[in-house]
Amino acid sequence: MEKLFYVGKSLPRKDARIKVTGAAQYAGDREFSGMLHAAAVRSPRPRIKILSVSDMKARRVSGYVTLVTYKDIKGVNKWPVVMQDYPFLPEKEARFAGETVALVVAKTARAAKKAAALVEIKYKELPFVADPLKALEKDAVKIYGADNVLSSFVIKKGSVDAAFKKAAYTVAGEFSTNYQVHAYLETQGAIALPEAGGGMTLHSTTQCPFYVLDAVAAALGIPYNKVKILQTVTGGGFGGKEDVPALVAAHAALCAAKTGRPVKLVYGRKEDFQSMSKRHPGWARVAYAADKTGRITACRVKYVLDGGAYSTLSPIVLWRGTVHAAGPYKIANVDIKTYAAATNKVPCGAFRGFGQPQICFAQESLIDELAGKMGMDPVELRLKNLLEPGDKTITGQRLNSSCGLKEIVQTVRKRSGWDKKVRNRKSGTGNQGDVVTGIGFSATYYGVGLGAKGRYLDRAGALVNIYKDSSVGVNVGNTEMGQGALTVLAQIAAETLNAPYESVRVEEVDSSKVPDSGPTVASRTTLMSGNAIIEAAAPIRGRIFKTAFDLLVAMGADASNKMTAAGGLFSMGGKSVVFKKVVAECWFRRLKMSEQGWYAAPRTTFKLEDGQGDAYVIYSYSADAAEVEVDLKTGVARVKKIWAAYDVGKIVNPKLALGQAQGGILQGMSWAMYENLVYKNGIMVNPNFTDYVMATTADKPEYDITFLEKPYAGGPYKAKGMGEVPLIGVAPAVANAIKDACGARVKSVPLLPEKIWRELK
Amino acid sequence: MMKDKNPHFSFRLSCLVNGQETEREIESSRSLLEFIREDLGLKGTKEGCGEGECGACLVLVDGKAVNACLMTALQLQGKELVTIEGIKGRDGGLHPLQKTFMAEGAVQCGFCTPGLIVASEALLRRNPRATLGEIKLELTGNLCRCTGYEKVLSAVEKAKKLL
Repeated sequence: MEKLFYVGKSLPRKDARIKVTGAAQYAGDREFSGMLHAAAVRSPRPRIKILSVSDMKARRVSGYVTLVTYKDIKGVNKWPVVMQDYPFLPEKEARFAGETVALVVAKTARAAKKAAALVEIKYKELPFVADPLKALEKDAVKIYGADNVLSSFVIKKGSVDAAFKKAAYTVAGEFSTNYQVHAYLETQGAIALPEAGGGMTLHSTTQCPFYVLDAVAAALGIPYNKVKILQTVTGGGFGGKEDVPALVAAHAALCAAKTGRPVKLVYGRKEDFQSMSKRHPGWARVAYAADKTGRITACRVKYVLDGGAYSTLSPIVLWRGTVHAAGPYKIANVDIKTYAAATNKVPCGAFRGFGQPQICFAQESLIDELAGKMGMDPVELRLKNLLEPGDKTITGQRLNSSCGLKEIVQTVRKRSGWDKKVRNRKSGTGNQGDVVTGIGFSATYYGVGLGAKGRYLDRAGALVNIYKDSSVGVNVGNTEMGQGALTVLAQIAAETLNAPYESVRVEEVDSSKVPDSGPTVASRTTLMSGNAIIEAAAPIRGRIFKTAFDLLVAMGADASNKMTAAGGLFSMGGKSVVFKKVVAECWFRRLKMSEQGWYAAPRTTFKLEDGQGDAYVIYSYSADAAEVEVDLKTGVARVKKIWAAYDVGKIVNPKLALGQAQGGILQGMSWAMYENLVYKNGIMVNPNFTDYVMATTADKPEYDITFLEKPYAGGPYKAKGMGEVPLIGVAPAVANAIKDACGARVKSVPLLPEKIWRELK
Repeated sequence: MMKDKNPHFSFRLSCLVNGQETEREIESSRSLLEFIREDLGLKGTKEGCGEGECGACLVLVDGKAVNACLMTALQLQGKELVTIEGIKGRDGGLHPLQKTFMAEGAVQCGFCTPGLIVASEALLRRNPRATLGEIKLELTGNLCRCTGYEKVLSAVEKAKKLL
């Protein structure tokens, strides 16, 4: 394999300096001359018929400018996301408490908020549905189609009933998980700037500038070539800035179009809680069958997601959950049925893990129950059944060599001292007193990229420019949201061009510079944009290397030696020339120093009838062990340490990868242990950081993280994707550890003390 | 268009902002955060929640870390304000905390970073030998959704040695 100079090193983050000095400009930090401010008027009830919207009282607020309603929409009043059932602004019916019904524009943000509170919505309450399981019952109030089903999938393989009949062991259980709020520290926001000639430029905090482009063009009824989306420095996403920023930006654009002035719309935290997407609450009934040796022979799953009032991304989230529903095991007989149900609550969408963490909690908890029933070690049971290269997944996809699942499970087993800890517990030397400790395990896999359900969007572009001074500008269509994309992609560009890393700058997305590159989701940015950069850079690299060779020969280097290139230096036969000089010569020769690249993911398939096909291009893998402490008197549990190992292909930047892992683990642990969004009668009860509790520095466990880099031939420098795997398996590992510590099997997330305490009684 | 019925009193505020004598006419109801971001145009101080829950808007007032969203601007009268823009090393370059946050990889999306640096600076001014436990406790008021806090804590630990 070729020697790499920049890829694989913990090079400094490109955007760290502007962030530590406070100089980074997020959407809310930008000011424009003559700029007005917008605020949303929101529906107060779960489901209403809108009779009228009046700004009579709002007009009295000093600085009030105007009210914007659906009547101001010149384009189509349908937000273009998957199923197009969500209007930009509702005309007759608002379907969840917090839905934007109208917008107010004023001279200051404070005046806009004050005026918005004074806008009167006259309405009639309509019957609503809040419980997703009840929504699927025959006699439920119908709020979506004939059955309240937003989306549904099946995977069928083999003969499940026969396998269950023949099984030596069977287990079954019902599990549920609650919402998770993204709680990105920067709330949603956008600024819309009207351009002469009827165009619109948006400054938007977003993971998906091209979704914003789709939405703004649709709402304004103008062609794409008059709309420009500039992604601002984005203060966290985690999926929460996948689809919904498009709605926020479209609202800002409608206000700007009506007033002819720049308009800023930045959300407050409460409205962000109430109206922006969430991790779906999940409910699952899972059953496994095994023969007497512990080989899992069948799996049956019914999985329901609470989709909320509009479908948004639910079909895709559900599909990912469906494909991964049985866990990372080879199982011959499978019967999986999944549903996303409509309810009159906030629409749920993308959140790191994307429909997998909910079902993973259920099935990985149940794997431990199966091990318990058999008297087998849970890690042994997993090792017996884990997917290996050449095995087929439940969708019939044969795995290639980039599958290090067994190795990472063994790594975590060894590093966590699993065998000794389990032995101690058995011999009774482990736990004494009121505070007991336990250890739990989980294993997961994650299809990188959009897969078969998103295949038409699974492509990405890049633009590489080498300027006369040899500085390198790179534009891509995927975004930096904190994960480190600007840095990792700069490393890939520097490596490919042999340009000094310091001279490469990857910019935030400008939709007019790069073609639609799909969303920045599904752990796909390194893979997709990385490959697109390599494609763009390849011809320039050819020119640079040829020119460098010529220069070295002209300098008297013996051409029978091989030219080497590393760290911006070209060397041959004792002579060397720097990148800057080579680029100057390229420009002197009038060579083309700018190229566009394009990468489309390989083909994926999924048959709707039986769920068979090559669902994803490639998979990443994780294994987690959690050690917890439980107070038997109170049920309070604390996670002490998490050991994790990942196979995510080649690691481009180890320090950033470690940051992704630690952040993903804590986000998963926080969801597992604390985060509890409460709805009562269709109204969100705790939309704030005081009552919605998340992990802080005091709750942070110790981390022990190992990377196993199984090369993926199709990835840039053999990388796969790693943004999401660290979160997925944390909750079941913690739940299994609690069970190990005190015998309490808690089947619903969050694993609150009262639930543990109740199980102990 | 009618005017507000209850116009706010305006107030002449004089204070020290990042070492500079500053005088401004402000409305009495103005929050310190509005004053910093809108009147002074210092955008490094972030609004994460507006309710004192997240720590993104922490600034130093007479050396103590306060949530700017919970203070009125007029409470600044005669006091010294330091925002992230005023946090610098002795040589006028990067402050040791800024250097260690960068070096340790404690920065991801960066939105909580100014608040974390201000909180850490307040702690280390008060207690230059703060233990890891004390640092952890001090930073519980700063929510960060990206890093898992590990690198943040190690950055503050390392900065102690550079002060």
